[in-house]
Amino acid sequence: MDLYEYQAKELFASHGVPTLPGSVATDPDGAKAAAESIGGPVVVKAQVKTGGRGKAGGVKLAETPDEARSKAEAILGLDIKGHVTNKVLVTEASDIADEYYFSFLLDRANRNFLAMASVEGGMEIEEVAATKPEALARVPIDPIEGVDRDKAAEIVSQAKFPAEVADQVADVIVQLWEAFVAEDATLVEINPLVKDPNGKVLALDGKVTLDGNAAFRHPAHAELVDQQAQDPLEAKAKEKDLNYVKLDGEVGIIGNGAGLVMSTLDVVAYAGEAHSNVKPANFLDIGGGASAEVMSAGLDVILGDPDVKSVFVNVFGGITACDAVANGIVQALDILGDEATKPLVVRLDGNNVEEGRRILAEANHPLVTVVDTMDGAADKAAEIAAGA
Amino acid sequence: MAIFLNENSKVIVQGITGSEGTKHTARMLRSGTNIVGGVNARKAGQTVEIEGQQLPVFGGVQEAMKETGADVSVVFVPAKFTKDAVVEAIDAEIPLAVVITEGIPVHDAANFWAHAKATGNKTRIVGPNCPGVISPGRSNAGIIPADITNRGKIGLVSKSGTLTYQMMYELRDIGFTTCVGIGGDPVIGTTHIDALQAFEDDPETEAVVMIGEIGGDAEERAAEYVKANLSKPVVGYVAGFTAPEGKTMGHAGAIVSGSSGTAQAKKEALEAAGVRVGKTPSETAKLMRSIIES
Repeated sequence: MDLYEYQAKELFASHGVPTLPGSVATDPDGAKAAAESIGGPVVVKAQVKTGGRGKAGGVKLAETPDEARSKAEAILGLDIKGHVTNKVLVTEASDIADEYYFSFLLDRANRNFLAMASVEGGMEIEEVAATKPEALARVPIDPIEGVDRDKAAEIVSQAKFPAEVADQVADVIVQLWEAFVAEDATLVEINPLVKDPNGKVLALDGKVTLDGNAAFRHPAHAELVDQQAQDPLEAKAKEKDLNYVKLDGEVGIIGNGAGLVMSTLDVVAYAGEAHSNVKPANFLDIGGGASAEVMSAGLDVILGDPDVKSVFVNVFGGITACDAVANGIVQALDILGDEATKPLVVRLDGNNVEEGRRILAEANHPLVTVVDTMDGAADKAAEIAAGA
Repeated sequence: MAIFLNENSKVIVQGITGSEGTKHTARMLRSGTNIVGGVNARKAGQTVEIEGQQLPVFGGVQEAMKETGADVSVVFVPAKFTKDAVVEAIDAEIPLAVVITEGIPVHDAANFWAHAKATGNKTRIVGPNCPGVISPGRSNAGIIPADITNRGKIGLVSKSGTLTYQMMYELRDIGFTTCVGIGGDPVIGTTHIDALQAFEDDPETEAVVMIGEIGGDAEERAAEYVKANLSKPVVGYVAGFTAPEGKTMGHAGAIVSGSSGTAQAKKEALEAAGVRVGKTPSETAKLMRSIIES
């Protein structure tokens, strides 16, 4: 889960990383009130989970509370790379003497963590990496040894931070590492990390990605989910513990196993090329131990998507035996009754496949077509969606 | 021969008394796996009956190895306890630990990998979040359905569980030496490269299928390895061409891997290394068939 800037900075602050005070507003009057309570000039910043906010007009300086109100009015509702702005962060305007970059993140290839630091701040870090790779220090971090004061000093020296901020930056690094581990993050990034005119080091902006697998250790992380920004179908799926992502297409997809479902999306998209370019409408992985109940819940979510014209159920029965899947489909159609109006193309293979196909044949539901191969079933589902 | 697992393998199950552990121990026994016991510290000294066999439950991996000569452990313990279970397997120096459990925090996986590395990598770790390893007709360590394929001459290494099954099924008449499900988590033990190397060294394996997914740069690195080190033909498949852009890795992640992590980038890297890449799983199976039958 990616956090908003204001959430990231609150998380940083709770681990002792210095940030500027600010507050979040969802309407222009709220932004004005926030500016009044801060006093003096403020920055109004769009809260969206993407980069390039400044260039898109999502970050504005305001000298007075009234100006903060009008800037917030302009920013709220702004579409930044497909992310609609529903919140602004109003924060004290800080003069900047110097800008730096710092992050901790997972290094998949080396199966450890990595500290990245640069004194070339104020730039997108991709740009630094591409144009001045020597200006980006990369220091591997052993997950067991972690980052103590000595390791932080080593990072500071490798990145060539100026002597007058070295101690402060080392403190930030140690605190940020604590946050990275304590919160089970896979990315904590400060860009820019700044020195203000008084020589104080502050995190001016932050990005954090939290590991969903570690949610059991962090009940408080559930409060960081932005319910308002969630797609209603995705929210419904999440309530039922389903791994669902809404896409812009017409063929609803249910499968078991992330790889098979991804592959199913691809195969449907290829098949769609011959059928009016129909595309997959969603990703839905009902997982390994999928029961009849899970299948019902999945079908319920997909049939609730008004864009869906046909549904492709693609299951290879490993742990989930095909008879359970077939029963799930039949039961789900019973439960949904008249609400099930969209044709289903089902392809089953693997454990108990004969029994699964027999159950579907016996049920003889008018909406269900059984096709034996994945490519053939994808073609059928695309054809139906295109003709609907 | 086969790789990592064969008819002489003696398998224990960590978490044998849990519902998943019991269910899959029964399935492994039915597919002919030599299961010699299980581990659960709270039920040490007890015996469980699964598929008509009396299996002893030990307090720890080390004890289980000493008493039974086990050389493979299959880990089914719940995610919150998996790190400790894997560390225990590493400390016991069991040659192979297959970690089936899904939903393990990445910090935990990074920690047990660092521990394995610091202690000299004496244990081969497969997974986590993987379907396991099967050498059809010989032994099955994990949750891969054994009855969908046969023993034969293809090697298979895959990030995805159900895509592995699909490929095993489509090529069941030619059959497989070993199928290795390495899992798709960000931090895994055995990689595509490790399996490719083992298949190259295995005289019984004539050709290799590798299956990848979007994310990371493991396929790109495997492609380089194939080009430099493999004399046997390799066929590939990558899932995720139409998947939405991954959000969790962010930009900084892409800088680390030096790759966009897209399916297209992986396909191009594999093709540049001489690997024939199928557009769908079935087309990939056909490519392999044409190689074996030519």
